Amino acid sequence: MERHLISAADLTRDDAVLVLDTAEELARLADRPIKKLPTLRGRTVVNLFFEDSTRTRISFEAAAKRLSADVINFSAKGSSVSKGESLKDTALTLEAMGADAVVIRHHDSGAPHRLATSGWIGGSVVNAGDGTHEHPTQALLDAFTLRRRLGTGRGGDLGGRRVTIVGDILHSRVARSNVHLLSTLGAEVTLVAPPTLVPVGVHAWPCEVSYDLDAVLPTSDAVMMLRVQRERMNAAYFPTEREYARRYGLDGGRMARMPEHALVMHPGPMNRGMEITADVADSDRCTAVEQVTNGVSTRMAVLYLLLGGAALGGAPGHAAENSAEENT
Amino acid sequence: MNTEKTLIRGARVLGGPARDVLVDGETIAEVGTGLSADGARVVEAEGQVLLPGLVDLHTHLREPGREDSETVLTGTRAAARGGFTAVHAMANTFPVADTAGVVEQVWRLGRESGYCDVQPVGAVTVGLAGKQLAELGAMHESAAGVTVFSDDGKCVDDAVIMRRALEYVKAFDGVVAQHAQEPRLTEGAQMNEGVVSAELGLGGWPAVAEESIVSRDVLLAAHVGSRVHICHLSTAGSVEIVRWAKSKGWNVTAEVTPHHLLLTDELVRSYDPVYKVNPPLRTRDDVLALRAALADGTIDCVATDHAPHPHEDKDCEWGAAAMGMVGLETALSVVQHTMVDTGLLDWEQVAERMSFRPARIGRLTGQGRPVSPGEPANLTLVDPAYRGRVDPAGFASRSRNTPYRGNELPGRVTHTFLRGRATVTDGKLA
Repeated sequence: MERHLISAADLTRDDAVLVLDTAEELARLADRPIKKLPTLRGRTVVNLFFEDSTRTRISFEAAAKRLSADVINFSAKGSSVSKGESLKDTALTLEAMGADAVVIRHHDSGAPHRLATSGWIGGSVVNAGDGTHEHPTQALLDAFTLRRRLGTGRGGDLGGRRVTIVGDILHSRVARSNVHLLSTLGAEVTLVAPPTLVPVGVHAWPCEVSYDLDAVLPTSDAVMMLRVQRERMNAAYFPTEREYARRYGLDGGRMARMPEHALVMHPGPMNRGMEITADVADSDRCTAVEQVTNGVSTRMAVLYLLLGGAALGGAPGHAAENSAEENT
Repeated sequence: MNTEKTLIRGARVLGGPARDVLVDGETIAEVGTGLSADGARVVEAEGQVLLPGLVDLHTHLREPGREDSETVLTGTRAAARGGFTAVHAMANTFPVADTAGVVEQVWRLGRESGYCDVQPVGAVTVGLAGKQLAELGAMHESAAGVTVFSDDGKCVDDAVIMRRALEYVKAFDGVVAQHAQEPRLTEGAQMNEGVVSAELGLGGWPAVAEESIVSRDVLLAAHVGSRVHICHLSTAGSVEIVRWAKSKGWNVTAEVTPHHLLLTDELVRSYDPVYKVNPPLRTRDDVLALRAALADGTIDCVATDHAPHPHEDKDCEWGAAAMGMVGLETALSVVQHTMVDTGLLDWEQVAERMSFRPARIGRLTGQGRPVSPGEPANLTLVDPAYRGRVDPAGFASRSRNTPYRGNELPGRVTHTFLRGRATVTDGKLA
């Protein structure tokens, strides 16, 4: 892997499988009474959040802490950033304080790329969601969940699996990262949305596009429902909430038309009654809560691989065991 | 009154055969071969091309209001280095150039600078707000003698206001220069809408937002029998519309920027805001259509849209960055690279598109004139064989936001003469 994780498109198949395999190793930690490895002891991870996202922030925080890193949470609200400090000056400040990794969530597409390439900081940059661009760790945890549930184990990918992503593709960083990553892992991705919520230029993406959810459901191994903001209807992306739910929402009737093994996924937070009904959200087939759990192991794997240094070319499981021994 | 004499020896006038050009005071005295120096300062110009002083229809000089990015003095020095002897200063200053007082101020600052003529552009509407016509007549009658009106940076999107402006300026042979951008279609726009914007997740600026306004405005100009000029035309579709309008005999002119002749939206993949500009960089197909249109005359002229910004407004994330690029000091090199070295234009046609035509559109007298005896000695000498890397540190502009940093571009302006007085000598400001 490169020093930074900015885009899921930067990951090769082998990179991605390495992250998933590492995450599997680290997930076993969760079953132990002491859920902590000393691997990143003395390293500093900064969570730099320009946008509110409690879920993603605490997931990264838990991941870094389980690897024994020192974690600094920097929220733009109420900080110098809200007084007009530039991204550059914030970055220089973090650099001066010795950040080894910066996990950044930003409202502008490209801000993590800028942070990683501008020379403002020397540490690793992890994109925790930028504007409507990408959210690569979400895609990794989704791939992790898919691989676990659909039965291909360590070293495996998602070859031949059909994943359908439904909702506001245009504004979704989750969709962009998943299209890249899942296709890299061999899955066949289909996007389903009203045409207003599909970007112009989508024809260049490695996926199919459909406007008809019912036609796609019977052949899907997993259906990923994206959060649809109710405000979108004010910009005429769709007429009403109810029409959206009728045409593109997942309810019990639609779920019944999916193959028996097929999963319902959601990156959260869910809009119950909008893109997903309560009975589907609460069903056994919905992996939303499991995805949150998997998010911690996956983010541990990312931090571990980016910060663990030279040893990482080798077997991650072995390294993890070594670290566990150090702990004793 | 300048009483110097200069003999430019052996220059290829408009790219033609070598000639000597004797400048006496403010005018061209003689064009021929074997002219005697007779006490004149001699400029050896063998192999160099002599052009009429370049005229820019679209320059942001930022003064008054944003002197941190450019002043009339620094901007005209940059213009002289780029071979320009006249620039049109856009109206989006602080305060806006929407009154006779402000345009006269800019005009006077230009006269004081002495590096090139500054022809202020007047705002179409008060405060560029698109609601109420500015006092166009007063600006025209002022010492600044404004004939070009533009809300550049903002589109005159209200069809009735645009119609009235087009009609109103007929009284004094004015022209409305439209920044064609349908505002609703470009809310949150950050770059060209297409394959690259879809991948980068940046708000799209669709070609149709330009083309719909260009279509409407050529129809309006035809309907009221007035002149419309399309600023920084950027799409293949707009080219087709202007070509059609001209085929009808309508009074439509258009400009293209150097950067739209060379750069594409692929560069935005770097998320480097130096490539953030409005209208945005388009696709390769658009670039080729723009070059063809400039070559066949559908697009009348090259205009720089020189848009200086302070460093901090570009040294940031894409979404927070200002739109615009400096262009005066690289314009001729980019035109040589994209149009001359590709065989699309010869130097005489470059003179037409960078001097004669823009001067005529702006109704400038004394600029954009032939290189002939008796004409004002506004001249630019360019060495087309020169090759060098763009080094913004050497710019005369106060700003450095060039997209060509480190790029190798051909050609160098060695001398610029404004009414016989050298403003640039051997590539350096005089």
